[in-house]
Amino acid sequence: MTTTTPHPTSGTSRPGAAAPAWRRVLSQTGFETRAVLRNGEQLLVTIVLPVMVLLGLTRTSVVEIDTGGLDRIDFVTPGVLALACVSTAFTSQAIATAFDRRNGVLRLLATTPLGRGGLLAGKLLGVLAVEVVQVVVIGAVALALGWHPAAGGILAAVGVGLLGTACFTALALLLAGTLRAEGVLALANLVLVLLVVGGGLLVPPAQLPGPLEQLATFLPSGALGEAMRGALLGTGVPTLALVVLAAWTALLGWAAARFFRWQ
Amino acid sequence: MPTSIAPSGADGATPSAHSAEDPRAGSVDPAAGAAVRVRGLVKRYDGRDVVAGLDLVADAGAVTAVLGPNGAGKTTTVECCEGLRSPDGGTVRVLGLDPVADARALRPRVGVMLQDGGLPTGARAGEVLRHVASMYAAPRDLGELGERLGLGSFARTTVRRLSGGQRQRLSLAAAVVGRPEVVFLDEPSAGMDPQSRHAVWDLVRELRDEGTAVVLTTHLMDEAEDLADRVHVVDHGRLIASGSVPELLSPDAQDDRTLRFDAAAGLDPAAVAAALDAAGEGPWVVTEPQPGSYVVAGPAGPRTLAVLTAWLADHDVLASRLTVGRRTLEDVFLDLTGRHLR
Repeated sequence: MTTTTPHPTSGTSRPGAAAPAWRRVLSQTGFETRAVLRNGEQLLVTIVLPVMVLLGLTRTSVVEIDTGGLDRIDFVTPGVLALACVSTAFTSQAIATAFDRRNGVLRLLATTPLGRGGLLAGKLLGVLAVEVVQVVVIGAVALALGWHPAAGGILAAVGVGLLGTACFTALALLLAGTLRAEGVLALANLVLVLLVVGGGLLVPPAQLPGPLEQLATFLPSGALGEAMRGALLGTGVPTLALVVLAAWTALLGWAAARFFRWQ
Repeated sequence: MPTSIAPSGADGATPSAHSAEDPRAGSVDPAAGAAVRVRGLVKRYDGRDVVAGLDLVADAGAVTAVLGPNGAGKTTTVECCEGLRSPDGGTVRVLGLDPVADARALRPRVGVMLQDGGLPTGARAGEVLRHVASMYAAPRDLGELGERLGLGSFARTTVRRLSGGQRQRLSLAAAVVGRPEVVFLDEPSAGMDPQSRHAVWDLVRELRDEGTAVVLTTHLMDEAEDLADRVHVVDHGRLIASGSVPELLSPDAQDDRTLRFDAAAGLDPAAVAAALDAAGEGPWVVTEPQPGSYVVAGPAGPRTLAVLTAWLADHDVLASRLTVGRRTLEDVFLDLTGRHLR
């Protein structure tokens, strides 16, 4: 008999076959998300810090903010959500990726069927998953404090959040893929503090002193803060902020793809 | 760049192992069906050739050891096979495919254990293995694999807290969990206790018996000697010897009649040869391929030992080691790569 019959174990369960791409990416997403939510320092930066900023800015008057006659909670919450986006997409992701790169994790996973593309997709989706947790926690606290977001702007806010996530994840990968892990650890935290204080995330660029106003307007942090406030305060997303954020996303995405070193 | 990569002791007096043969020699390419085939591989870092025209073949259902001192280019070679580095010259084929261009097709079929581990440090050991397994359609049974490698005792421990040997065993499990056709193991038993090493060796033999091509790098002689069906000795980025362990150990029958001894450096080999010649049938050739390490080649018999030790006694020389006949792989390795530290 020379009839060729299919091997009994051929098909989807053939040894040496990869799991479907969606399952690989989903598995990596879950792995990345658990890694952040299990790590004390990461939780501090991504959940505790934004909630404390939210409470600090609304329950105390340590920082003067001109809310333009609006409720303080309504004015502050969009900025805190922008901060949460930066803390996860940038600070947390830069540190995690830098150490994974140093420890050879990126190289090892790149040799599995996940590959580099799947790894990046899993990281990006993991960032979004953590952001969902952040929005739920921060949103719940803010609502309890009397927050009334503009219902018509929520969809726009989601879009702004996605663009900001893309922008700051690209910046995170640019740093993580080019600098030493210890350097990234220091820099990622420092940059977050600087952006919070003078980057236009929480305090609108227009209220920043001197040249910081011009600078913050054209920083991705200022653009993200202004766009988020515009969406959730119901005043509309400023076109300038969108253009600035999109331009930074394109630039940083190109730079990350160009300069990222896997080892 | 200097080309003084000829093995020391290649002066004709010392039987040297089979030199690297051109795999293209002959009318039929014996490497055509090989699982891994590397030809003329060149890889440069900062203008320096780390791998300088290396040839290597590994078959399915066989363990192939890449043996060499630190810095010989072993890891770089294996990383080119894994698709982690792009060659600067030469060709690399794994299962007939290009590891870089055909990476997507190869990844499910190739298992990799990196020298630096590459395990996520914050996750638990069991979780890491489950995660890697989830990348494959039909992974191995995790319970059985865990039992084989003794992973159960630390499955709930985070990778950061594992010992070196535990990490190595977890890395090996991750490399084979997808039932690969080719496995690359970079220094698999580094940092392991003897029990772990034997568990790893047993698993490697089993993989071979299942038809897997196993390629491992090592600088441990006993690992190569016990495990490997074929050994490639690599130094300065080139293949300097290749063959089965018996082939490497006994390049010709003459070797069985060779004495080797270690003693003070600088003895007169001609005087030793003369003493042996005077005592019986010759001719004898005595060499000192490395300082303090002597090779006595000739028609060795029971009386040869007595004559040699008498000569040493007359000259007040204590031999710290004396062997007859079969060389160890370490002898071959040191003859080929030299004894200087690097």
